[in-house]
Amino acid sequence: MEEVDVEPTTTPIPGFDSNQKHLGFVWGPGDILVYETIYKASGGSAGGCPFVHEVRKDEDIYSPILRKLFNESHHIFVGLQRIREDLPSKNKKPQFVSISKNYRSVIRACMEELQQVAVSTQDAALATQYGNQVEYLSNFNIFCTLFVVCDPLAGSLVLHLLDWVRLHKADVDEKAREVLASESPAEHQAYWDVVISYVLQGRMDEARQVLVKQAALQPAARVMFKLLDNLLMKMPIFNPGETQTLTEFDVKWRHWREEVDHCLQDQSFASNRHLEDICKILVGDEDVLLEYKELLSTWYHFLVTRLLFSHPTVKPTELHYYAQSSMHMFLDTRSVPEPLDSILLAAFEFDIHQVIKDCSIALNNWWFVGHLTDLLDHCKLLQSHNLHFGSNLREFLLLEYASGLFTHHSLWQLAVDYFDHCPEFGRVYLELQIERVPLDTERKALKVIRICEQRQMTEQVRSICKIMAKKALRNNRLGSALSWSIRAKDAAFATLISERFLQDYCAKGTFSDLDLIDNLGPAMLLSDRLTFLGKYREFHRLYGEKRFSDAAKLLLSLMTAKIAPHSFWMTLLTDALPLLEQKEVIFSADQTHELMFCLEELTSGKSVPTPDRPMQDEDIETTKIELLRLALARNLAMAIVKEGTVEV
Amino acid sequence: MEGINAKYVSKKISKTRWRPVSSSSLQQPDIFATGSWDNEDNSISIWSIGENGVSSMGDEFEGDPQLLCEYKHNGDVLDLQFLDQDRIVTASSTGAVTIFRHHHNSQTLSVSQLWERAHHYPCNNAPCTGVVCNSPEIVTVGEDGRIMLFRADQEGVLRTIEKADSSAIHAVTFLRTTEILTVNSIGQLKLWDFRQPGNEPSQILSLGGASRTGDRVPLHCVDRHPNQQHIVATGGQDGMLCIWDVRQGNMPISLMEAHTSEMWEVHFHPSNPGHLFSCSEDGSLLHWETSSNTDTPSFLQGGRNTSIISRSAIAPTGGNQSLINAWLTGDSSKGHLETTHMLPSQMLSVNSLDVLGQCLVCGTDGEAIYVNRHVPI
Repeated sequence: MEEVDVEPTTTPIPGFDSNQKHLGFVWGPGDILVYETIYKASGGSAGGCPFVHEVRKDEDIYSPILRKLFNESHHIFVGLQRIREDLPSKNKKPQFVSISKNYRSVIRACMEELQQVAVSTQDAALATQYGNQVEYLSNFNIFCTLFVVCDPLAGSLVLHLLDWVRLHKADVDEKAREVLASESPAEHQAYWDVVISYVLQGRMDEARQVLVKQAALQPAARVMFKLLDNLLMKMPIFNPGETQTLTEFDVKWRHWREEVDHCLQDQSFASNRHLEDICKILVGDEDVLLEYKELLSTWYHFLVTRLLFSHPTVKPTELHYYAQSSMHMFLDTRSVPEPLDSILLAAFEFDIHQVIKDCSIALNNWWFVGHLTDLLDHCKLLQSHNLHFGSNLREFLLLEYASGLFTHHSLWQLAVDYFDHCPEFGRVYLELQIERVPLDTERKALKVIRICEQRQMTEQVRSICKIMAKKALRNNRLGSALSWSIRAKDAAFATLISERFLQDYCAKGTFSDLDLIDNLGPAMLLSDRLTFLGKYREFHRLYGEKRFSDAAKLLLSLMTAKIAPHSFWMTLLTDALPLLEQKEVIFSADQTHELMFCLEELTSGKSVPTPDRPMQDEDIETTKIELLRLALARNLAMAIVKEGTVEV
Repeated sequence: MEGINAKYVSKKISKTRWRPVSSSSLQQPDIFATGSWDNEDNSISIWSIGENGVSSMGDEFEGDPQLLCEYKHNGDVLDLQFLDQDRIVTASSTGAVTIFRHHHNSQTLSVSQLWERAHHYPCNNAPCTGVVCNSPEIVTVGEDGRIMLFRADQEGVLRTIEKADSSAIHAVTFLRTTEILTVNSIGQLKLWDFRQPGNEPSQILSLGGASRTGDRVPLHCVDRHPNQQHIVATGGQDGMLCIWDVRQGNMPISLMEAHTSEMWEVHFHPSNPGHLFSCSEDGSLLHWETSSNTDTPSFLQGGRNTSIISRSAIAPTGGNQSLINAWLTGDSSKGHLETTHMLPSQMLSVNSLDVLGQCLVCGTDGEAIYVNRHVPI
């Protein structure tokens, strides 16, 4: 057995004392049902807890804000799956980059909303929960950037990292707005925090704009402010979009760096502690950086700032070295790194599998790892990693995510497309899940059926139609039930319902649901009994329209072609009576013979009287047969006479 | 496709409807209502695309709907109609019919009338699938095959047509003040005249063998031509658009391929009936346009119509002439019909749409609302 990576978490069940009681449980698709069991072998039936608890791991799926993320990313996911088909092999990278950009912008929108809610909410626990979600979501971005976007050679890594940090610490802008809106911004207590935060994030233009406020207030120190402003303005930033080569940039940067060093040695800023600190930050003085731990707030912010000012052209392959040292410098030696720290560290080491594994453990939702793995898989960044179960890592994670969606009351529709793109087990999962979607309305049933039909899942279509047919039957809606069983092409059930229609007819003497039965069309051929029902109704219509000879022909054929069930023959023969009694001859001699033959066949089989039948019924039956025989005989005579006359 | 933005609302939207604007003024609608379905808690919501409060955000956010108020709705909202400026009637999957009142001053919603179990089976509730209003009269239809006639402000039921249909009725519309038209799940249109007693329709039209496969195709939506009351458009399971003349025979005048899955709603443009809109389970929203009197189809004239043209100049299959006569009074020989996709490609069903003036709103199973304020009409 494999080692457990982390200790499993304990979920307390409210109102349950584990010392005295025992729990039973059942696995569900996304949750566990827990109930109290009685342990004692004998007696002790009293005192059982009547509750069944539902324990759920994935709470995030119920967040209305994350729902937007699920819905929007669903589009992007499907778009990504289509790339494979469209493009032969080359030039996919820009596509992947744009997909990852789409993911990132969706995440960004979602994060902004989460941050707003986290700020405005009163509930502290909720606020931290939102905060955590933001923290994790923002990491999707950096993973995408590191693994997908980054060119291993070009020196744009720091830019991407800065972008990530800025997103992460977006509260600076909020604070800056507050400071600038106050009466005298330069005297605001958070003034220097804002300036330095901007510098730490490499946002020099913003920092300069805020600095101007202070410069205006201290005309005496104008030269000093001017000098710093100049340094900030001149700081070279590598931009891979420009024609500048890495070496050119390096020369420029060293030059600038020397200039800053000079200023420090000259003690140009000695009179102002804040300016001096900023200057020291510009040369990447780690001690000063660590003094602003509060503003940096995380070790990875520290890392990025450090890289920006000391190693602006760092290569991805060197990243892990700086990451490790930054973490050690920033965190107390005693404090244990949080799961997120080790995930990031693994990411900086480009250990993709470790990242995915750690994220899976740390997060309670599969959205993150599912989409990340899928994207990386498309970029061919995952080595074929055979699992002991399932197919591969990508499919395994996507299946988990989609199954989670399927347990949701409303999001199940999204899951379908995820299953579609799991080549090995997706279909089986979908088949099992789709049949279990609760169907409250026909419209929902139609939507589910459409999903199945698009995927040629005939068995599931049949079963859903059958469920609907059964439901209709239970509500005494024979017409609806018949419609559904026709759609399901379920002959057995159609027979059953046709039988009910015929019973109803026998009991009431009229047909119900004529609009349906009269318009069966080719659907009539689904089952013999249904054909009979349709044809029998047609007989009544012909009779009603006084087209007696057509009616007679149809009636006879119902028996001779064995369409009518034997049990119904007596009714059919009785229906023939009024036709036989008509003044003109309707049944020809041959037809009358056939009718007689039918009657004989019917009565001969019933020669032995059944004992449990009441005498009265028997009497009516015999009278009926007598009447029929009489009518048939008379008709035969008339027909023979008539036919003979015609020939002469 | 520009000028159409998705607003994600964390609920699957089943219905969207503009609040009517007074006919005297030429103003564009700015308030619409939505209903949700298949959520654990469903609701009806009122949205504004007006300038109040959002104008400062600049053009980028123009038309981004702002939620004004929301009210819990029992069961899925299967249909939703404005009775007048401030009352909304909903049809619920629980069989209930509810009138909500929208209080403009306080921006709140309240229930002003409720008919519980308006549609029902002997023991269970039956979903109420459609509602149509002709204030103060309200007609509802349901899966139980009943037609109910209510009057706002009257508690009782005015009229019930039991067993109006042996299968589920999916939609209903008024033809005249006393005549309604229903469509059902076996491809029939039935005309009902409330002046006549009894439970029999005055006329039945049937899709019958005219459909693609020869099967009986369930119909899901129906809309009447705003000026010519005998002309009706329907859409059903096979995604075909059918135009009927209820005075003429038993078959549709024309059948046109439109969507690949169920057509959930079809609407003539209320003031410009040369335009028609339909939406479908396949995730598409189509704008149908009978071309102008010139020989050049409008998509070649350039300018206003920059969207993708999916199929131009579809020749209606049969009955061409009479359709054009009806749908495009005047030019009858150069009848061309042009369809335009109005949404960026997306996979999940567009359940509902409504169009008024130059504004169109639609809602999807992807939990998004799309508003287009510059429909080329």
